[in-house]
Amino acid sequence: MLQILADGLIIGSVISLGAIGLSLTLSIVRFSNFSHGELLGWGSYVALSALAVFTATRESLATPLGPFTFGWGMLGALVVSMAATALLALVLDHALFRRLRNQGSITLVIASFGAALALRNLLLYWYGGVPQYYTQNLQISIPLIPRSIGGGLRVTADQMLVLALTLATVTALHLFLRRSTLGRAMRATAINPGLARVAGIDPERILRATWIIGGILAAVAGVFAGITVQLRPTMGVDLLLPLFAAVILGGIGSVWGAVLGGFIVGLAESASVSIVGAEYRAAAAFVVLILILLVRPTGLFGEKH
Amino acid sequence: MPDLLLGWLSYGSFFLVFASCFAIIVLGLNLQWGFTGLFNVGVAGFVALGAYTSALLTTPDTPDRLGGLGWPVALGWLAAMGVSGIAGLFVGAVALRLRHDYLAITTFGVAVTIQLVANNATPLTGGPFGVQFIPKPMQGWLGTGLPWTLAYLALTLVLLGTVYLALERLVRSPWGRVLRAIREDESAAASLGKRPFVFRLQSFVIGSMLMGLGGAVYAHFVGYIAPEDFLPILTFQLWAMLIVGGSGNNRGAVIGAFVVWTFWAAAGGLLRGWVPQAEQARAAALQVVLIGVLIALMLVLRPRGLIGEEVTVSRSD
Repeated sequence: MLQILADGLIIGSVISLGAIGLSLTLSIVRFSNFSHGELLGWGSYVALSALAVFTATRESLATPLGPFTFGWGMLGALVVSMAATALLALVLDHALFRRLRNQGSITLVIASFGAALALRNLLLYWYGGVPQYYTQNLQISIPLIPRSIGGGLRVTADQMLVLALTLATVTALHLFLRRSTLGRAMRATAINPGLARVAGIDPERILRATWIIGGILAAVAGVFAGITVQLRPTMGVDLLLPLFAAVILGGIGSVWGAVLGGFIVGLAESASVSIVGAEYRAAAAFVVLILILLVRPTGLFGEKH
Repeated sequence: MPDLLLGWLSYGSFFLVFASCFAIIVLGLNLQWGFTGLFNVGVAGFVALGAYTSALLTTPDTPDRLGGLGWPVALGWLAAMGVSGIAGLFVGAVALRLRHDYLAITTFGVAVTIQLVANNATPLTGGPFGVQFIPKPMQGWLGTGLPWTLAYLALTLVLLGTVYLALERLVRSPWGRVLRAIREDESAAASLGKRPFVFRLQSFVIGSMLMGLGGAVYAHFVGYIAPEDFLPILTFQLWAMLIVGGSGNNRGAVIGAFVVWTFWAAAGGLLRGWVPQAEQARAAALQVVLIGVLIALMLVLRPRGLIGEEVTVSRSD
């Protein structure tokens, strides 16, 4: 029981971080970006390549830090991947989405669907279809709670770090959106683009900021997925449905909604693994999606449209 | 020489049967998107549903699999349309009242879930190995060779023609005009007493039925289906066909199906020729990237497609 909860929170961390970026794109750029999942996939693979370069230049960067499976090189790879994924999001917008913006949001959705396919197959072309890992180090999970209480709980140091960093990232983003001028301008644009423009906010700058933040969060989520599970070229498309379910569950445009939605979808997935088996895990997100559309389509924290 | 000719004839008729199946599906997609503005990202799911339904109902009894009722093929096709239509009804009822992109997300979820069931519900769908020995109609008296392929091609073309003519009548009827009116200005249409939700739902269900039919016709031609025949790439190919041909125009939808299928086959052939044997799997990935670029270019450079929607002029006579 406790183990299901803990596993759900770990999967939920990845989904939450990805869902925030997707939710911001939906509320500020105003379309369902079907290529957002691929940003996660690219983020994780860029980190894999960066890690390989780092460890090739200095052996010591691969030495595991304390209880974790990875060394300083992994953190450097994460930073490289954040920059590269943000850049990829900007390039995609510049080459494709920006040119289609005045053709309506559904044309953008079609274009993003095409971009997703191209991006995923480029990963498949370069890295091959075999699952990969950041490190071959094995990690022994720490028993936190003995078996006698609620079935017991075992977690790895990596998993705890992922959960802690997710909460830290979300808090930082929350402060940015609430306190900084750029963050406020982004929220204003999401609520009323016309009025925000009249108030002197440059819409292009807001869009750029949205893509950069979405890209950075996607890179973090992708790397976390790589650390806690594995790297596969299809991870982007596999995560897409959970991401959308989390965004709609939380309410479009709400950061905390996306986080809560991500954790709920994560819990639903880990519960479904123990109830109906691992092969139907992906259907859990679909069930959550249908339920929320039937019961409360505006989501938990969404405003009425 | 006759051997070469025979080879070309055989290849050509295979090619045309596939293209015609796609054209039937793209016509369904055109009704949903081109005429009603409904964005379906799960086309492959509805196609798979039709293919599996007909396959399970018409195959002979198999010991380790459910289904295998041995129904006549024609009944299987009708059932395929029925089941895909019911799926469309379910999706439409959930998502058509909401924001536009919710339909896209829901249909995407449907395709993912159907793919999951096809892969894992082995007692029903045969799992990753799929369903084999799907009966080929008319094979009893035509054999398995070229005569049968040509006859099946004729049957497919007749079906395609029927669907095309029926849709042409439908979209030019008052019902079709209401669809376009809702697509262009929902509140104006609603103020004239047309309920947008009802018309959208009807269009979505009919489109889904055609997707199921296309899937079933494909299944009985190949005689074997597996989950990997209905991956998201199929959805994308079908969308490429509609966008290249020109959405909102049935002739465009059919032409798009043939043009994009030619492009796909040619790109595949060229890549296979250039790329060494060991790299074939990677080359297949490049083929998908190519078609992704094609659709992006088309959207940016020629959003109307090869033949766009005809300009409708209202006149009172």
